[in-house]
Amino acid sequence: MAEAILRMTGIGKEFPGVRALDGVDFRLLPGEVHALMGENGAGKSTLIKVLTGVYSIDSGEIELAGDRVAFAGPLEAQKAGISTVYQEVNLCRNLSVAENVFIGREPRKFGRIKWGEMRRRTTALLRQLDLPIDVSKPLSHYSLAIQQMVAIARAIDIDARVLILDEPTSSLDAGEVAQLFRVMRRLKEQGIAILFVSHFLDQIYEIADRMTILRNGRLVGEYVTAELPQVELVGKMIGRELAELERLDERPPARTSDPLVEATDLGGRVAPFSLTIHEGEVVGLAGLLGSGRTEIARLLFGADHAASGTLRIGGDQVTLRTPRGAMARGVAFCSENRREEGLVPELTVRENLILALQARRGWSRPVPRKKQDELVAKYIKALNIRPDNPEMLIRNLSGGNQQKVLLARWLILEPRLLILDEPTRGIDVGAKAEIQKLVVELSDGGMAVLFISAELDEVLRLSHKVAVLRDRRLVAELPNDDTLTTDVLMETIASGGAK
Amino acid sequence: MKRLAWPAGILAALLLVNLIFTDHFFQIEIKDGHLYGSLIDIFRFGAPLILVALGMTLVIATRGIDLSVGSVVAITGAMACLEISTLSSQDSIGGVLGAIGIALGLAVALGVGNGFLVAIVGIQPIIATLILMVAGRGLAQLITDGQIITINSDPYKLIGGGYWLTLPFSIIIVAVVLALMAFVTRRLALGLLIESVGGNAEASRLSGIRSHGLLIVVYAFCALCAGVAGLMISSNVSSADGNNAGLWIELDAILAVVIGGTSLAGGRFSLGGTVLGALIIQTLTTTIYSIGVPPETTLLFKALVVTIVCLLQSPAFRAKVFRSRRKPAPPTVPAGEKVTVRT
Repeated sequence: MAEAILRMTGIGKEFPGVRALDGVDFRLLPGEVHALMGENGAGKSTLIKVLTGVYSIDSGEIELAGDRVAFAGPLEAQKAGISTVYQEVNLCRNLSVAENVFIGREPRKFGRIKWGEMRRRTTALLRQLDLPIDVSKPLSHYSLAIQQMVAIARAIDIDARVLILDEPTSSLDAGEVAQLFRVMRRLKEQGIAILFVSHFLDQIYEIADRMTILRNGRLVGEYVTAELPQVELVGKMIGRELAELERLDERPPARTSDPLVEATDLGGRVAPFSLTIHEGEVVGLAGLLGSGRTEIARLLFGADHAASGTLRIGGDQVTLRTPRGAMARGVAFCSENRREEGLVPELTVRENLILALQARRGWSRPVPRKKQDELVAKYIKALNIRPDNPEMLIRNLSGGNQQKVLLARWLILEPRLLILDEPTRGIDVGAKAEIQKLVVELSDGGMAVLFISAELDEVLRLSHKVAVLRDRRLVAELPNDDTLTTDVLMETIASGGAK
Repeated sequence: MKRLAWPAGILAALLLVNLIFTDHFFQIEIKDGHLYGSLIDIFRFGAPLILVALGMTLVIATRGIDLSVGSVVAITGAMACLEISTLSSQDSIGGVLGAIGIALGLAVALGVGNGFLVAIVGIQPIIATLILMVAGRGLAQLITDGQIITINSDPYKLIGGGYWLTLPFSIIIVAVVLALMAFVTRRLALGLLIESVGGNAEASRLSGIRSHGLLIVVYAFCALCAGVAGLMISSNVSSADGNNAGLWIELDAILAVVIGGTSLAGGRFSLGGTVLGALIIQTLTTTIYSIGVPPETTLLFKALVVTIVCLLQSPAFRAKVFRSRRKPAPPTVPAGEKVTVRT
């Protein structure tokens, strides 16, 4: 085995209250594509940021081509030969391709830029990557995939020995992905080490030679891709926690009732899917991040528009154009993205809690202050929100308590369908159990719940049936009977439902 | 209200400075059944700015800005004066009311246009309103045909220069608008919805707030406030000047809002703070005259005071000043030893 170009040993990184990386080892060989795998929050981005000099490390050491290095900033890492291409291309879209490749290091003669040479060298460089494009056109003229490849070309031309591709494929279509992979293979032949991050398992298996798996900031292991079956990979990423919390109780089957929500071939940013949710039923959505779970939720809530198919809520066929329209039909959606789609940080706990109720009533019919205080007191107690001060700014609460306030925002509306997108992510075990218990109580009371979580245990524990997603496609719908286990779910996620 | 303590203190300090230079500065007397005095004058001359700044407060609370208010001031003044000048009797109350209605209707329509560009078309507020800021001056010129329209209408004169129940009429208008706004935003729920949209637009949309409609209403209301201010300004001089009426008032208004403690980043807003902020700016103008700053340096003087006011308003700056003041004298160190003093 060739000598590693990059070797990280015992890397530790701590943020206030979080151990983001804990003694992680990582090595990268020249001429390989290496996938960094792990669920959200596993430490992938922290590791990349450490490697690119964005963060400094608390412990451990980094060796690049045998020399111990410590980067004070991204520029130093780049100078040492570590280049990063992010999902969002950080080039100047209004400049020409050639200018982008040579920006800041233009070939000059007597202070004047030698435009001809710049264009010639760029064309030659891109031809190496099988990319015969007109380099004098502005970058914005080309597709995102080509822009990404221009960014890659720029990186290699600055003598990159290590190339980091962070989620490069998430906004590319299949043809563009194939093009990108061709370029990656070519770079591999030139001996460049490529660190590749993607949530698409198929792509990992297509391009990666080896992989390193992280979970909760710790190293799970380093594997040769061809020797690790997909189902084991998923298992290692998610981790098989022994069900400490036993099934809350044997779930009684959902009462047979009329279907509340019937989606038929509904599609948009996910492939068309059909899904039925009954009153009092908890439907779990399982799948890896980026598999289309959130997209389904947003379609059912009217936050995104459906491109195809029909949706019936309570028997009526509806076209949802706005969240407001969905709310009028009794649908509530608690987003996974607390910070950007949930919290209004400058407002108090009370104001955040009554926001949806007030929005429904409109500006001219304020919720009377006494009623507000009653509602807020009730939910602070019911959900055990700490500290129990309704006039505190919500941004000063912990993540778990913020989540409970947002949950309460929707519970106040007494919805018929409650969509919970990752309601327990990033919150502590106690709050997690409380939210799980609440879901059971709500569904026993007749509320339909669509429960989205990356944690299969949790999905299995709460759901009456589980819909499995993979690569933005609903691949299976499994009733939660005694035969359904996390292993079966993992198998389904890994195989894409094909048996 | 702790939040208002700083602007209130700054205003008080400015007023006290005037007392040194102007005898009887705080004296208020009744002459011919009208209230007179320097303080009343500050209110009276500051009324248009207070109105414009109040409208601006709501726009800024939505994380927007409205640069077109100065042009709207000019347009409404011009429109009203043009209509009145065509009346057979300029003292006809019905005719004057009609002219005011047309002018304010135009202001609201312009505001709806601003709101449409911001909310529906999605243009950044500073650009969307810049269009009207520039084009609006031209529109005002068009209305007045490039001339200054002079009128002679007693009912119209009442708005900016008249008195009612011993009080200047413009102060009464401001009080009514302020009371209405306080009611609608704080007793009703409009304030919460505006602050929510300004604090996090996407979260607000997902909570079911009709943010588009809300933005249009807010921009329309801001233009209406500017329109009323435009009536006051043109009424005060009984003429309409498309070129100079309300020139740069948008900058004073934005300044007043910021001094009053409403962040340009949107979210929380304070109507009381804005009124104090506008009064500070108006008092400053009065002070410049009363202490006899040479005309060629007034702008510089104003900039200096505003800078000091903004620094005093900044918690970060205050923290620094107070820390260094409280810090004990550094202990004496033997020569040659290296000391680092944090400032």
